[in-house]
Amino acid sequence: MGRAVLTEKIGIPGIRGFDVYRSNGGYRNAEKALKEMTPADVGKEVTKSGLRGRGGAGFPTGLKWSFLDRKSDKPKYLICNADESEPGTFKDRYLMEHLPHLLIEGIIISSYALGVKSCYIYVRGEFKYIIAILQKAIGEAYQNKMLGQNILGTNFSLDIFLHPGGGAYICGEETALLESLEGKRGNPRIKPPFPAFRGLYNCPTMVNNVETLAAVAPIIGMGGNTYASIGIGKSTGTKLMSACGNINKPGVYEIDLGLPVEDFLYSEEYCGGIKNGKYLKAVVPGGSSVPVLPADLIVHTQKGDKRLLSYESLAEGGFETGSMLGSGGFIVYDEDACMVRNTWNFTRFYRHESCGQCSPCREGTAWMEPILRRIEEGKGKKKEIDLLVSIADKIEGNTICPFGDAAAWPVSSAIRHFRKEFEFHVEHPDIVKNINHGSLIRYI
Amino acid sequence: MIKVTIDNITIEVAEGTTILEATRKIGGKIVPPAMCWYSKLKGSGGKCRTCLVRVAESSAKDPRPMPKLVASCSTPVQDGMVVQNTTSQEVLDARKAIVEFLLINHPLDCPVCDQAGECDLQDLSFEHGVVETRSEEDRREFPVIDIGDSIKLHMNRCILCYRCVFTADQLTDKRVHGVLYRGDAAEISTYIQNVIDNDFSGNVIDVCPVGALTDRTFRFRSRVWFLEPMDAHRECRKCSGKVTAWMFGNEIYRITGRKDQYGELEEFICNECRFEKKDRNDWVIEGPRKIKRQSVISANHYEKLIKPSVIQPIEGKMGKKEEKT
Ligand SMILES: Cc1cc2nc3c(=O)[nH]c(=O)nc-3n(C[C@H](O)[C@H](O)[C@H](O)COP(=O)(O)O)c2cc1C
Ligand code: SF4
Ligand code: SF4
Ligand code: SF4
Ligand code: FES
Repeated sequence: MGRAVLTEKIGIPGIRGFDVYRSNGGYRNAEKALKEMTPADVGKEVTKSGLRGRGGAGFPTGLKWSFLDRKSDKPKYLICNADESEPGTFKDRYLMEHLPHLLIEGIIISSYALGVKSCYIYVRGEFKYIIAILQKAIGEAYQNKMLGQNILGTNFSLDIFLHPGGGAYICGEETALLESLEGKRGNPRIKPPFPAFRGLYNCPTMVNNVETLAAVAPIIGMGGNTYASIGIGKSTGTKLMSACGNINKPGVYEIDLGLPVEDFLYSEEYCGGIKNGKYLKAVVPGGSSVPVLPADLIVHTQKGDKRLLSYESLAEGGFETGSMLGSGGFIVYDEDACMVRNTWNFTRFYRHESCGQCSPCREGTAWMEPILRRIEEGKGKKKEIDLLVSIADKIEGNTICPFGDAAAWPVSSAIRHFRKEFEFHVEHPDIVKNINHGSLIRYI
Repeated sequence: MIKVTIDNITIEVAEGTTILEATRKIGGKIVPPAMCWYSKLKGSGGKCRTCLVRVAESSAKDPRPMPKLVASCSTPVQDGMVVQNTTSQEVLDARKAIVEFLLINHPLDCPVCDQAGECDLQDLSFEHGVVETRSEEDRREFPVIDIGDSIKLHMNRCILCYRCVFTADQLTDKRVHGVLYRGDAAEISTYIQNVIDNDFSGNVIDVCPVGALTDRTFRFRSRVWFLEPMDAHRECRKCSGKVTAWMFGNEIYRITGRKDQYGELEEFICNECRFEKKDRNDWVIEGPRKIKRQSVISANHYEKLIKPSVIQPIEGKMGKKEEKT
């Protein structure tokens, strides 16, 4: 049974409102941090907790915080990255929808630790109703002196500004986000310099994901060591997984990191098994940007160990036979799913969302997409399958930001594990034109 | 001063120097091609990826290699850094791939392009390109646009190096010239009036590495390799008045800024010098300008160049790109 560290209070009627949240123990962790701890103490607890960035890269949060240029005499900023736009990932939305005050509490504590007086929440523009929820919650927090001057009677002051994005996935990349926030075109910046030294308006800036910041509140409550005792190895604590696709119970689940994938997939508590009693074909475990894995490799690693939902276990086997935890967008495909169509669909997304700044990504995504569409429609050629691998290979590692890799991996991994299916498309144009051929190829 | 070794040649450079700048100090074959970085344009670089190199040892303190190839134009050197450019097959392969990427949507209408003969993309594909394209897709097409009276934009030929954007940003404090849309739909555009209202706007033509921004007062008047570049100057209130006059006999066909061996302008010149002073008597002609870059103008390689690498017209596509205007 998974613990509810983040989602503990979800389900309490009216928990979105300040009063209910407060009377159910809300903001007690902020109170503890501001009144009983120094900023350095808070940082230490976060480091001890082993918390890793939940935005996708999994970088240790405590270490990342230590990079912030505190000596600078410029203002320092905290950015909450709420641009969640990765296909398959919808956990931040869930958190903000149900527990907006938990996020605010996490931001207060984190800002205190970082010496920040202004925080921006950069929220995905399409999340209209989330924006309304957050705005209301921020307003309530100001009314109740939880934001603004002298929070809880201490000399700590903090302002939170809500900034809706304009609908570009790339603005979730932290430096594109900063450009966008400055009112410019959302092109990722060339690093170095890193935001911790020169970020928003050239000032030291920390960018963290919604879930990362929210997790700071319970970490202060229970102590870093207790949080670190949850999970496995360097994957400590709990993680929100957004599960979707051909499963009986799609939704957002909080899991202890280290939960076996098989349990997550088949237990009633989580995904509840594959829909309509079908077989499992493949899983994209961490949002559209991570490599897809076929059924056998997602349940067990190549070595035969149980595959666990942790940063290390999912990456076991490298790109040959592994994948990544990414942002926790768990997409499940049953035996009927067409991997060619899925790959085309992902690539269509990446073509549309590339900022177009660097040549491999701009040209490469726009080159792969029509090839994949043709193969999907039964008009492809066999040599184009290898061409796709080659293009993906040339994008990977040669771009300004990790978007290029994210666009390349779905293609190269799909062909690596499901080449037969791509070949089937090429060889049987008449069949794939008329029916979803996914069911015609059995892997099991 | 710090030490850096590039393709087995060690050199001392000042701290903060980029790898690319260090290679240019050494000079010759080991200098990576740079299609977007421009020493005079703050913020430029990092985009085209033609200058990728391998850092085999990050520094004396930390001799580990860097995990990925890096853009030499935007990576500062560290003391004891060891860099591979032409000595790394990985780099050469990546560069070839980048050239391919830059060409798959390129119209390759060199025969009707004003840049032919002085085009960085031609040079680049000559040196690093592959003979055949693997792309069978339709090329992107955009309409040809006028940016004011004197500048023409062929978006089809643009490689989105952003040099013109940085130039415009440097000249004006309003964002009058920039990029619209994203991904492969991205295009250069000007804000509302379709003109960069500045006396130096013509310099976007000279910074453009390809034939995307061209001089309307010169269009189709001649091929550059028929012209003789001459250093010339005049008294000018706005700029230094030092230019290159492109002449045929006694006639001035075109005025550009003076470019160095890497195709970079020595100085920006004003629009009056560039567009309005086409009379021989406007100028004091100093003498022939040496075009030092490996450019086809001086090498007189044009025929050889275009055949194998650049001009690979897809059947039925040739000539179609040049609109009436
Ligand atoms: C193309 C792209 C899109 C991204 N989108 C998001 C996003 O929507 N939300 C997010 O938190 N991080 C996103 N990231 C990761 C951020 O760049 C950054 O690593 C993260 O916000 C850091 O927060 P963390 O350390 O708390 O994970 C994205 C990265 C890339 C390359
Ligand atoms: S990799 Fe793609 S998204 Fe990232 S900077 Fe380059 S073009 Fe833009
Ligand atoms: S390569 Fe392109 S820009 Fe260069 S001369 Fe040819 S058509 Fe013009
Ligand atoms: S128009 Fe020329 S200078 Fe401007 S981005 Fe395109 S290629 Fe670069
Ligand atoms: S010159 Fe370095 S990336 Fe373009």
